[in-house]
Formats: sequence, C-alpha cells, structure tokens
Amino acid sequence: MTVTASKSHYQSEEFARRLRGRYAAERNFKIAGIAALALASLMLVVLLTSIVSKGYTAFQQAQVRLEVTLDKAQVEERNYTAILRQALYAQFPQITDRTGKRTLNELLSSGAPYELEALVKQNPAIVGTTQTVWVRVDDEVDQFVKGNFSRSAPESERRLNDAKIAAIDAMVAKGTLVQAFNTTLFSAGDSREAEQAGIWGAIVGSMLTLTVTMLLSVPIGVAAAVYLEEFAPKNKWTDLIEVNINNLAAVPSIIFGLLGLAVFLGFFGLPRSAPLVGGLVMALMTLPVIIISARVALKSVPPSIREAALGIGASPLQTVTHHVLPLAMPGILTGTIIGMARALGETAPLLMIGMVAFIVDIPHGLTDSATVLPVQIYMWADSPERAFTERTSAAIMILLGFLILMNGLAVFLRKKFERRW
Amino acid sequence: MNTSKHLMTAAAAVALSVAVLGATTGAQAQSRDQIRAVGSSTVFPFTTAVAEAFGKGGKFKTPVIESTGTGGGLKLFCAGVGPAHPDIANASRRIKKSEVEQCAANGVTQITELKIGFDGIALAYSKKAPDVALTTAVIWKALAKEVPVNGKMVANPYKKWSDIDAKLPNEEIEVIGPPPTSGTRDTFNELAMLEGCKKVPEVKAVIADEKAREKACMTIREDGGYVEAGENDNLIVQKLNANPGAFGVFGYSYIDQNRDKLKAAKMDGVELTAGNVAAGKYELSRPLFVYVKNAHAGVIPGIREFIAEYTAERAVGDDGYLTDKGLIPEPKEAREAARTSAINLTPLQL
Repeated sequence: MTVTASKSHYQSEEFARRLRGRYAAERNFKIAGIAALALASLMLVVLLTSIVSKGYTAFQQAQVRLEVTLDKAQVEERNYTAILRQALYAQFPQITDRTGKRTLNELLSSGAPYELEALVKQNPAIVGTTQTVWVRVDDEVDQFVKGNFSRSAPESERRLNDAKIAAIDAMVAKGTLVQAFNTTLFSAGDSREAEQAGIWGAIVGSMLTLTVTMLLSVPIGVAAAVYLEEFAPKNKWTDLIEVNINNLAAVPSIIFGLLGLAVFLGFFGLPRSAPLVGGLVMALMTLPVIIISARVALKSVPPSIREAALGIGASPLQTVTHHVLPLAMPGILTGTIIGMARALGETAPLLMIGMVAFIVDIPHGLTDSATVLPVQIYMWADSPERAFTERTSAAIMILLGFLILMNGLAVFLRKKFERRW
Repeated sequence: MNTSKHLMTAAAAVALSVAVLGATTGAQAQSRDQIRAVGSSTVFPFTTAVAEAFGKGGKFKTPVIESTGTGGGLKLFCAGVGPAHPDIANASRRIKKSEVEQCAANGVTQITELKIGFDGIALAYSKKAPDVALTTAVIWKALAKEVPVNGKMVANPYKKWSDIDAKLPNEEIEVIGPPPTSGTRDTFNELAMLEGCKKVPEVKAVIADEKAREKACMTIREDGGYVEAGENDNLIVQKLNANPGAFGVFGYSYIDQNRDKLKAAKMDGVELTAGNVAAGKYELSRPLFVYVKNAHAGVIPGIREFIAEYTAERAVGDDGYLTDKGLIPEPKEAREAARTSAINLTPLQL
C-alpha cells in the first residue's frame, strides 16, 4: 500500500518539478563557483602576462665585443676607459671627429672600465697583450637593441641620435653587438646605471632578515602557543593576552617599524639599515600570526591523544613534547611559512629603520647595511630610465618565484606530515 | 620522539644566541667602516653616483645613502658625534644658523661645507612655439591664486598671457608642473613665486602682515591655469608637444637631456645655460650642498677620500660624470678653491 502510494507520490508532477528545481539550483551553484574561479584565474593571468611580457627582456643584456690592447703604461695608470675607447674606435676607422668619437664613447657602459679592470686583476698575465673581451653597453643602447625605443620617430624625439643608431646597426650587422644572458642582474648590488644594477644584494638582505625573523619568532611563537593552549589556566589574564595577540596580528606594519626605530635603534643603539634590526622588527610582526596558527594547530589535535598519554603515565610535559606537538607540527609549519612569506613582501616597517636606501655592496653579515627585495622593486619602479622598467618587472618575477617556492614548501610539508583522524 | 625535544632545545638555544648576538653587535656599533649619508632628494642622484664611483675605487665600502629630505637629513646629522650618527648630510639649501646651533649643542662643532654645484628650474615649452621671455613677476601674476587689483586681492583674473603683458603671446595660461609633494615644486614656490611676488609692489601695500603675505605669494591658482602632473616628466614633455602654448616646470637635468624637444623660457632676460646658472645670473637656481662631520674624518674610514672624489674634476668638472646626471658645475676657480678648503676640512663659519 505504502509502496504504491509513495510510488504515485514519486511520479507526481509536483515531485518532478521540485526535483528539477533542486538539480537546477545545484547546477547554478556549480556554474557560479566555476565562474568565480575562472575570473580569479583570468586576473592572475592578466597580472602575470603583464609582468612577464614587460620583464622577460631584462634577463638579457646587450654586450659588445672589443679587441683591447692592454698597454702596460695605461694599465698602470688605471686608464681602462682609454683602452676600451681605442678598441671601439678601431671598429670605426671612418669616424675621426670629436663629435663622432663622443657618440661612440656613449655606447659603452660606464661600468665597462671596471669590468676590464677586474679581468686584469684576475689574470695579470694579459697585460701587454691583445685580448677579445665582451663588455656591457649603455642601458639606452641596450633598450634600443631590444626594440624598446621607436626607430621611426623623428630624430628630435628619440633618445638616440642618427649617428648612434648607425653605429649600433653596423655593430649588430657585424655581430660584435649581441644580447647575452644578464648575469649582472643576479650577481650585483644596486646601481644608478641600469645595466650595472642587480638584485643579489637585495636577495641576500632578504635572506639575512628572514633568518633572524625565523630564528626569533618560531621558537618564541610556538612556546607561547603551547603554554597558552596546553598549560595556562583559563582566566581573565589569559583572555586579556589572547585578545591582545589577536589585536597585534591586525596592527599596520609601519607601527612595528616605529617601535623598531625607538627601541632597537634608539635604546639599544643597533646600527641603521642592518638586517638584524629588520629581522627583529619582522619577528615582532610575525609573532602574533605564528602564535595564532600554532594554537589552532594544537587545538586540532584530538583530546583522546592527550588522555591516552596521560592515562599510561606520561607527564604533561611528555604528553606535549612526545605527542601533541609532533602531531600539530604540519599546521604550525604552514602558519610559520605563510607568516615568513608575508615578512618577505613587507617594506613599510623597513622605511623607519633605514633599510630603504641606496646600497651597492652585497651584505655579508647581520650588521652590514642591506636592503630587501620589495624595497629594491620600489626603488627601481621610481627610476625614470626605461631600462629600469623591465628590471622592475624582472625583480617582481624573482620575488614571486620565492613566494611560490615558500608556499609550495608549506603545501608539501602539510601533505607529507598531515594526519587525518 | 626525543628528537622533537632536542629540536625544541636547539631552537631555544639558537634564539638565545641571536639575542646575545644582537646585544654584542649593539656594543660593536661603536665602530663602523662604511660612510653613511642622509638628506635631500635633489642631491640624492648626485651623491649616489659619487658613492658608486667611490666604491668602485675598491679601497673602501660603497657609502649608504638615504633620501630623507634636507630638513630631516640635517636633523639626523646634527643629532651627535659617533658611529650611530650619519657622517654626511645632503642639502638643497644652505644649512641654517639654527641648525648649526643645534649641531653644536650636540657636540657637532666642526662641519665642512661642500658646495657641489647648482640646480636650475626651467619653464620650458615646445620647440615648435615662438620664443618667449618671462620674468618672475609675470610668472607670479600668471599662477598666483589671488592678485592685487585696485588695492584689493582678488581671484586671479588673468586668462591669457597677453592679459598680463601685451607683448606676451595671446595664449591661454597653462603651466604643467609637479605636485606639492615634489622638491622641484618647493624650489619653484620659493624662487619663482615668492621672488616674483616681491617684485610686485602692490602686494606689499595690500597685505601688511609679512607671514600672510608670504602665504598669499606662494599659493598657486586652482582654476586650471596650473595643472598638476604626476612626477613623470616624460608625460609632461608629451603634453607640451601636443600643446605648444603650454609651459612645463622641470629641473635643469631634464631640460639638458631634452634640448632637442624643449626650450627654456628666458628669465628676466637671462637664458638658462649652465654658464648663466653658475655665474648666478639665472634667477631660478639654487646651490646644492653636502655637509661633512669633521669629527668623523679619521674615525670612519674613507671620509677624506670621499670628499676628494666628490670635489674631483672627473665628478664635478665641466665634463664630469655628475654633469651627465644634470648637475650644473661651479666655475673653475670656485671649484678649485672649494676643493682645497674641503680636502683640508676647513670648518664652516656662518
């Protein structure tokens, strides 16, 4: 009876309509989800395309081949500029007037003499001989070779005059002016000349800063979380501390910079622009993030684990260090790495402690002057030369690469050590 | 399971050692082997270029240069003697008496002054337009928010240049210039607006109070006569080419780089050339200074050598690398005298 009744119920028009409605709602929900995902991916693609299309050319730099005669007297005088110029003039025997020669001089990077000097220092035996060397050209020549300056514009609207373009074309045709991988970008510190500027100084600065941040904020953060979650009594004081930690996580980062200026520079007298101070400030900034994520990870360990450990006679300390903490580790690591990634991209607090500065030398220690990757990007973005536009994008790509690496590591560690109950 | 315990102990030990390291380096901050400079953003491009060349010499570390603005830089500079304080301050104006007193109060009694050269501000226009000669008084009348008419300050009535002076072109007043955040704008306000205003005697008659007068003099009109462009000078050049009647406000270095596209208006009959600026004939120019703390010479390595590099002919000379960056050098004799006194660390006397 009931079967036939319900059968007739299932076959009813009303039922079929409601069923269709529910399927439609589900389908629409799915479509909305896919649309949201597609929109997000589209924006990401647009962002990445714009950065990559502007920046990929920075990984190459035009170089010129010169047959330099390393005259002993000139080397002793350190007159490498003259040596290079003579080699360049030799390629253009038809140019003899001063203006023409000056045009040629402007083709070479102002760092080229130092490149040659470094070469001579490395191998003093080459003094007195003729050598084939590749030296970098000026950033404007480089931009022209890459096609970033319009050739069709009238001469008065161009950065390079006709004589210069003729010389460049002649050298490109002869094969003495070619583009090669831009090693400088990865090995040098900052420079006012785009062709000599690199991000290695900023990368080292970022690594030193993050090392200090990690060494301070992880142990302190985890210890604080363990105490608050596993040992602390629940009372007014711990509530107050919890509210304050949550509050600190939302404080704008510039405030931590001001604190660093007053405490670390003002009171402790630590040096300006030092990665040590940067790391300390970043550690203060990431501590609340780590404490909160570590507490969540500890909370997610089932109470049965603790009860079992205590039940077979483990002390509370043993329970935490032998069982709870290892099980919570994947979550803690994820939170830590996300906190570090945020610190890697931060510039505002560093402004106050002098890390937003022109620094050429690669830092070698925690108290050497240094800057960090995002600051370098900001400073290059501010430079008017077109060559810095592509370098800015290239530096962004490198920063994104580091962020992807760190977040990838977080995902990997979570997948590897995660325990499901 | 024990490993995690060891891990914890190790991490704690590392954290402790970092803290200890921090404390010890705090004590080590007493010595520093790298020159530190702070100050003006106008001088920043020159000092960084010198710092880079100095560092490439290979004997010393490349100095660290922060761009803090002239006032902020001198404040840091005058805060005291010792490695915790900067050695050099860049300034786009001469140090004030009050600042020298502040310095002295903190023990910075001997300062060497380097006058590195000049910066000029130009009112430039498209090469396609006919030549125009301006005066600071005309500029002020064209750009002030309120001008005196019949003994009263009224909203600027001038729409065309020819309204101010019949000899000027019959073109709408349109000056494209930097926003108030820019250092070029500060200089323009001081040298063109304030000085121009002083040459209009009616203003003094209408506003008796000096402070109020100065404020009125430096307030720029907001009815479209002055167009605030971004800091991107390339954009201003494009606009000037599209509209040959318009003027743009630029620093000298930019004009120097774009003489093929722009020309600078004559100011009170004086053309903008490096020679006229250096001789003090061109009005919209200012000297640029670098101040060095004498007490740090011999303590921080390389200070004397850095001064030598900054005053060398290859840097500030007529064909020096700083002129490539847009610095207007001082005349040769002045340079040589300045070089000698700077290398000998002759203290500044105000």
